[in-house]
Amino acid sequence: MSAETFRIGFLPLVDAALPILAHELGFAAREGISIELVRDMTWATVRDRLLYGHTDAAHMIAPLAIATALGRDRPAVPMAVPFVLGLNGNAVTFSTQLARDVGLGETLGDPATIGAALRRVAAARKIAGRPLRFGVVHRYSSHNYMLRYWLAGVGIRPDTHVDIVVTSPPFAADALAAGEVDGICVGEPWNSIAVERGVGHIALATAQIWRRGVEKVLAMREAIADERRDAVEALLRALHAAAAHFVEPGTAEESADILARSEYLGAPRDAILRAITDRIRLVPGGEPIHYPDFMFQHREAANFPWRSQAAWLYSQMLRWDGVTYSATDAATAGAVFRPDIYRAALAGSGAPLPGASSKLEGGIGEPLGAGSVQGRLVLGSDRFFDGRAFDPDDIQGYLADLK
Amino acid sequence: MRIAIIDTSTTRAAIISDGLREAGLDDLVLIDPAGALVAQIEAAKPEVILVNLENPSRDLLEDFFAMSRALARPIAMFVDQSDTEATGAAIDAGVSAYVVDGLSKQRIKPVIDLAVRRFQAFSRLQRELDEAKNALAERTAIDRAKAILMKRRAIDEPAAYALLRGQAMRTNRRIAEIAEAIVTSDALLGDME
Repeated sequence: MSAETFRIGFLPLVDAALPILAHELGFAAREGISIELVRDMTWATVRDRLLYGHTDAAHMIAPLAIATALGRDRPAVPMAVPFVLGLNGNAVTFSTQLARDVGLGETLGDPATIGAALRRVAAARKIAGRPLRFGVVHRYSSHNYMLRYWLAGVGIRPDTHVDIVVTSPPFAADALAAGEVDGICVGEPWNSIAVERGVGHIALATAQIWRRGVEKVLAMREAIADERRDAVEALLRALHAAAAHFVEPGTAEESADILARSEYLGAPRDAILRAITDRIRLVPGGEPIHYPDFMFQHREAANFPWRSQAAWLYSQMLRWDGVTYSATDAATAGAVFRPDIYRAALAGSGAPLPGASSKLEGGIGEPLGAGSVQGRLVLGSDRFFDGRAFDPDDIQGYLADLK
Repeated sequence: MRIAIIDTSTTRAAIISDGLREAGLDDLVLIDPAGALVAQIEAAKPEVILVNLENPSRDLLEDFFAMSRALARPIAMFVDQSDTEATGAAIDAGVSAYVVDGLSKQRIKPVIDLAVRRFQAFSRLQRELDEAKNALAERTAIDRAKAILMKRRAIDEPAAYALLRGQAMRTNRRIAEIAEAIVTSDALLGDME
C-alpha cells in the first residue's frame, strides 16, 4: 500500500539513527507503515528530492527546513517539522597546528577559555594576512549558527576576524589535512575520523555551547503533513519508539552495527558506538572521554518540536545573513515546527507532552518540572555557554543585545 | 549565453556539451571536477550552470552562489513556480541547474530540456551497458556450472543444462543463481571426493 510507505532522505550521519532503526528494528512495521531510506551526499540533494516528491520526508538540518519555508535563495515552499531527531551531537575540531597554537589540553576545556586563546591566534593570523578559516556543513545548519554564536561570544567576529566556509562532512578530514581549513564544526562520526587520521583535535562539543541545541529534524512538505496526517502520526510514533529504544542501556552495540553498514553510514562502527554512548576521543591515540548528553536523542521530550527552537534559528539567520526582522517571516519560521502534530500522534501513549509550544531557551540551570498535558516532564539545564537566554517573543531585543 | 557544466562523470559532461553544441549553444565551459571548482566558475562567469544532482560539491556550490559577488547571484532553476513539472523532470533525470537572475525563461528552457534528454540518454546507455555486463557474467557462470556437472556426473551438455533448469524451477530461483552456487561450491569443495 503506497499510501503507507514513507521514503525518507538522509545523509550518512549518526543522527540519522531514528528513521534507520525505526525501519530495521520493526518499529515502523508495528505502526503499520513502511520506511524506504534514500541516502544522499549533500543537503541540497536531500532538499531537492523532498521538494519534488522523490522523498516524502527527510532527515534534515533544522535551519534548512526554515530557510526553505522562507524562500531563501529559491521559491518558498511551506514546510512542516513535526519531530526533532536529536539535540547536539556535533563538535568543533581544530587542525593539529591550531590545537597546538591555542594550547588545547587533553580534556574538553571551557568554551570561554579556549575562545580567549583562539582570539589571540585569530588576531595574529588576520594580521599575517592568512585569517583563520573554519568549515561548517551548510550555511543553513545549526553547526554554522553554534560555531558563530561561540566565536562572536568570545569576541571573534565571523566574516571579519575569521572566515567561515562550507565543507561537506565526508571531506572535512581531508580539508583539515590539506590545510584548506583550520577547524571544522561537523557531526559525528566525522570529527572522530579526523582525530583517528591524526589531522584533528576535538576542541569542544557543541553541547558546551548550547546544552540543548536543536539539531536534525524530520522535515516534510506541509502538504504531505496535511494530506497524509494519519500515516504521518504513525510515523512519529514509530520514530518515538525508535528513540526510546536508542537510549535504552544495552542497545548501543546493535544500533552501531546497523548504522555502520554500507547502505547507511558506511563508517567505522567503533566511532559510531562512541558517539552513541557519549564517549569521544579528543586527541589521536588518546583515551575516549565521557561527556554526558553529547548526543541527546530522547529524554526530556527532546523530540518535541518547540517553536522557540525554530525562533532561535530564525534569529541567527537574521543575525548572520544581514536580513532585517519581519513579523511575517518570524511567524512563518515558528510555524514550521509543528508541536500540534507531535501531540496528536502521541496522545494516549504515556509519553510526556509539554503543555506549551514555546519556552524561554537557555533559561534552565537546574532540572526543572515543566507543565505537561500528559506524563511527567522534567527539563534539564539548557544553558548557552554565555548564560544568555532567548525569549522567542522578543527576537529584536535579543539581537540588539547580542550586537 | 555562457553555460558551465559541472559533472563528476566526464563522459556525461562530454555527452551534454556535444548536445548543446549541436543545438548551436557553443559558449560552453567544462569545469574540471578534480580542480578548484569555485575558482574555475569565478573565472568562467557563466549565466547558466548545470550540475549533476548527486554531485558531492553541491552544498559548497550553493553557498558560493549565495555569497558570490563575482557572479550575478545564480539561483536555483525555474524561479517561476508554475514550472514545477519541468523542474521535476530535471530532478528525475538527475540534473540540477542554476541560472543568473533575470535570464528569460524562453532562453533557459531549451538548455535545461536538452540537458535532461542527454542525462536520460546517458542513464539509458549506462543501464544497457550494465545489463550487457550482467548477461555476459551469467552466461559465463552457466557455462562453467555445466562443465562442472558434466565432469562430475559424467553427463552430456543437454543433461547438465536440464539439471540446472530443473533445480531452478523446483527452488523458484534463476538458472544463473543455481549456476553461481555450483561454481562457488566447486571452488571451495571441488577437490573433496
